[in-house]
Amino acid sequence: MIEIPAPDLTILDRRPQIIHDLEKLVPTGSFISSGDELRVYETDALTAYRRVPLAVVLPTTTEQVSSVLRYCSENGVKVVARGAGTSLAGGAIPQEDAVVIGLSKMNRVLSVNYRNRTARVQAGITNLAVSQAVGPGGFFYAPDPSSQLACSIGGNIAMNSGGAHCLKYGVTTNNLLGVTLVLIDGTIMELGGEHLDSPGYDLLGLICGSEGQLGIVTEATVRIIRAAENARPALLGFDTAEAAGAAVAAIIGAGIIPVALEYMDRTAIEITEGYAKAGYPLDVEAMLIVEVEGTSEEIDVALEQIINIASAHRPRSVKVSRGAVESAAIWKGRKAAFGATGRISDYICMDGTIPTGQLPYVLQRTGEIIAAYELRVANVFHAGDGNLHPLILFDINKPGEMEKAEAAGEELLKLCVEVGGCLTGEHGVGIEKRDLMRVQFSQVDLDQQMRARAVFDPRWLLNPAKVFPLDRRLVTQRVS
Amino acid sequence: MFGSIRHEPQDEVEVAEIIRRAADRFSPLRIEGGGTKSSAGRPIRADTVLSSANLRGVTMHEPSELVIQARSGTPVDVVQALLRENGQDLPFEPPSLSSLYGARGRPTIGALAAMNLSGPRRISVGAARDCLLGVRFVNGRGEIVKSGGRVMKNVTGLDLVKLVAGSWGTLGFITEVTFKVLPSARASGTLCIEGLSDADAIEILTRAMGSSYDVSGAAHIPEQDMDVPAQTLVRIEGSSASVEVRANRLRALLGEGRTVLSFDEERSAAIWSGIRELAPLRVRSDEVVWRLSVPPDRAAEVTAFVGSKLEGARWYFDWSGGLIWLALPSRTETEYNSVRVVIQKVGGHATLVRASEDVRRSVPVFQELPPALMAITAQLKNAFDPAGILNPSLMYERI
Repeated sequence: MIEIPAPDLTILDRRPQIIHDLEKLVPTGSFISSGDELRVYETDALTAYRRVPLAVVLPTTTEQVSSVLRYCSENGVKVVARGAGTSLAGGAIPQEDAVVIGLSKMNRVLSVNYRNRTARVQAGITNLAVSQAVGPGGFFYAPDPSSQLACSIGGNIAMNSGGAHCLKYGVTTNNLLGVTLVLIDGTIMELGGEHLDSPGYDLLGLICGSEGQLGIVTEATVRIIRAAENARPALLGFDTAEAAGAAVAAIIGAGIIPVALEYMDRTAIEITEGYAKAGYPLDVEAMLIVEVEGTSEEIDVALEQIINIASAHRPRSVKVSRGAVESAAIWKGRKAAFGATGRISDYICMDGTIPTGQLPYVLQRTGEIIAAYELRVANVFHAGDGNLHPLILFDINKPGEMEKAEAAGEELLKLCVEVGGCLTGEHGVGIEKRDLMRVQFSQVDLDQQMRARAVFDPRWLLNPAKVFPLDRRLVTQRVS
Repeated sequence: MFGSIRHEPQDEVEVAEIIRRAADRFSPLRIEGGGTKSSAGRPIRADTVLSSANLRGVTMHEPSELVIQARSGTPVDVVQALLRENGQDLPFEPPSLSSLYGARGRPTIGALAAMNLSGPRRISVGAARDCLLGVRFVNGRGEIVKSGGRVMKNVTGLDLVKLVAGSWGTLGFITEVTFKVLPSARASGTLCIEGLSDADAIEILTRAMGSSYDVSGAAHIPEQDMDVPAQTLVRIEGSSASVEVRANRLRALLGEGRTVLSFDEERSAAIWSGIRELAPLRVRSDEVVWRLSVPPDRAAEVTAFVGSKLEGARWYFDWSGGLIWLALPSRTETEYNSVRVVIQKVGGHATLVRASEDVRRSVPVFQELPPALMAITAQLKNAFDPAGILNPSLMYERI
C-alpha cells in the first residue's frame, strides 16, 4: 500500500473557519463542503486510494484561483489542483487537510489564431474539445491521450501527457506555447505566448509535467496543426512478440516514422475485440497498428513500404483499412483498451518507457514476472517510442491480490529503468510511482529537483504528497 | 586571455572537483565549448575558463531507436557526420553562427543544448530543447546531476532538461547530452515567389504553414537591391514522390496567378543553409545584429515600425515570420530601445545577438523580464548555483 500522509490536525481543527473564509472567495455554486458532494472528489482514476478533501472550490476566473491560493498560502493550507480527475497515477487524489481547486468550470476556448496556428484555452477544457473547436477549420490539437474525451488541458500540462500520435507530433511540452500560471502566493504570471521560445530560463518547459507542484495553470496557448488530407492505419499480426518487436525496429530503422505505431498482445486483442468489434486478428500473439498520413498517393507508397519491411518478419495477417469507418473502428478499439479491460477485471496500468531495442527482452521478462505472481497481463503500448502499458489483471475481492499486482508492477518498472528507460512515459509519478523515484534518480538528482521546486513552493503546500519520496524532503529558504 | 587560468577536465568527476573548489572561493568560471560564441551574451568577468575541450566522443548511437548521446565537448560536425552515415540528422537544423561571430573553432554539441540553437526546421520539428532527451551536468555546488534519459517519452520528475537547455551555462556545466534524431529527408525542394512586400509574404507563408503539406521551411528575404528581388521561400522535404505531390498542391494553393519558381535539391540546400547562417543579411563588421521572436501575424508590423524609426535597418524573416533577423548600423542607446518597445507592443522577445562589448554592457542582451518572473529566475539560479560562479551575469545582471 502507498502511504498518504496523516492530516495536519491543526488544519482540521480550523476547518469551520477555513470553509467560512474560502466560501467568500468564489461565486455561489463554486464551493463544496458537504460530505456527500465532497466524496465525488475523493479519488481519481487510481481508485484504490481515496481521501475526502477539506473543501472543493471550482473557480470561474484566474483571479479567483489567485485569491484562493493567496488565502491557502497565508493560512498554511495545502492545495491539490484537479482537472478532470483522470490521472492513473493518483496525481489528483486529495488529502483530508487539503483544499481541491477544480478547474472544470474554466472550460472555454478564448481565441483561435489560424495564421499563427495557436489556440488560447482555459485549463479546464477537455483535450478533445480543443480539437473539436478547431476541427471545422481543418486543424487539430496533437497530443491525444486515450482519455481525451474527459481529460483536461490543465491536467495534460501537469502530467506532460502524450498519446498514440506523439511519435510524429510530440507530447504536450512540444505543443505548448504559453500559460497563465498562478503561484502559491497568488501572483499571476504569463509565460510564453504566440511566439516561439522564451527569453531567460525555459519556465514553460519546467512547468509542463510538474504535476501541480509549482503553481496552477489557468489558461494555455497551444499549437494547433493542420490535419493531413488523409490518414490510414494497417493491422499487422505476428506469431511472436519478438517478430512484432523486430518489425518495429526495422520500420523505424528504415527511416520511416509512421504517425502512430501501436502494439497489442493476444490478451489485449481478445479483450478489446470482444468489446469494440474493431476487426482485430484473433489468431496472433501480437499485433501492430501502423498509421500513416498524407495525400492518398503518399499513403499508398508508405503503406506498401511498411508492409514490405514487415514481411521479412513473417506477419500472419496484414490488413489495411479500406476507409474511414474501418479506420475509426481500429482506433476505437485501441483507445477503448483500458476501458474494455476494466469491464472484465480489476487492473493496474503501468507506464514505463524502454529503449525500443529492448522490446523483445522486456516483453519476455514481463511474462515471467507476471507468471511468478500467478497473475495475468495484457500488453497495450506505444511501440514506436517504447512507452509500455502492461495492464496487470487482478481480483480485488481476493485478499492479497492487489498487493501482489502492485509488487509485480514495481518489478516491471524497475526492469524498465534497468534496461535504460524510465518509470513513467506519460501518466506521471503522482503517488503511484513516488516511492520508486530512487530507482531512477540519485538523491543528488532529487535534491536538485526539490531545490527548483522550493523556489515556487518552499512550504510544500502544492500537491505535497506526490512525486517526491516522503522522506529526505528538502526545504530551502527563499532568497530575496 | 593573457594571464588567465584554463581548465580542460578529462571527465565529469574532474569537472565537479574544479567547480567545487571554485564555489568554495566564490571564484567565477567562464564556461566554454568550442569558443566560437565567446562574444555572445553580456560581457562577463571571469579569469578562469572551464572548457569542455577534452570531453569528447559519441557515447551511444542507436540508429533504430533514433537516439544519439555524446560528451558535451564533441564537435557538432562529428556528431552530424556519424548520423549522416546512417541516413539521419539532428532534426532542428542547428546553426553554427560561425560567420556571424567570425569564429574559427568548431561549435560543440553541449553548447547547442546550452544555447538552445535551432534553425529553419524548428517550425516543423521543434527546437533543440524539444529534441534534447537527457542531460548530465555539474551544478554550481559541484554535484553531478542527471535529468531525462535516452527514451522519447519520459515524464519522471521535474523536467530539468528544459531548464538547462537555453540557460547558457548559468545553471550547470553540461557534460553529456542525449538527442533525439530523425531520418534525413530523401528529397527536398523549395518553391519561391518573387517581389512580395513583407506583409504579403507573411500572408503567403502563414497560408503554407496552415496547409497540410508539412512545410519544413518558410522564409522571406526582402528586396536587397534592384538586381535581387524579394524572395518568399517555402521548403518541402520527404520521399521524392511525396515532395513532388506536395510541391504541386502548394503551387496551386500559393500561386493564385503569380509565378511560382521551383528550386531543385542542390539550390534548395544552399538557400536554407544560408538562411540558417544569416547569409541574406550580409552583415557588415560595424553592424549590430538582433534576433526577434514574434507572433508571425505581427511580424510585418514589427519590421514596418523598425524600418520607419531606424535608418539603415535590414532584415529577413524565418519561421513563417516568427523569427526576424535584423541588422542595424551602430546606434545610440535610445535607438536600441525602440527595438524592445515594438516587441512589447506585439509580444515576443528580442535578443542582441552581436554587438561590441560596450554596447552589450549597457544594452540588455536578453529581453528584460517582468519583476515576478525575474525574481523566480534569480531564485532558480540560486537553486543551482548558490555561489553564483557559473558564467556570472552572462544572461542578466544577476544571472
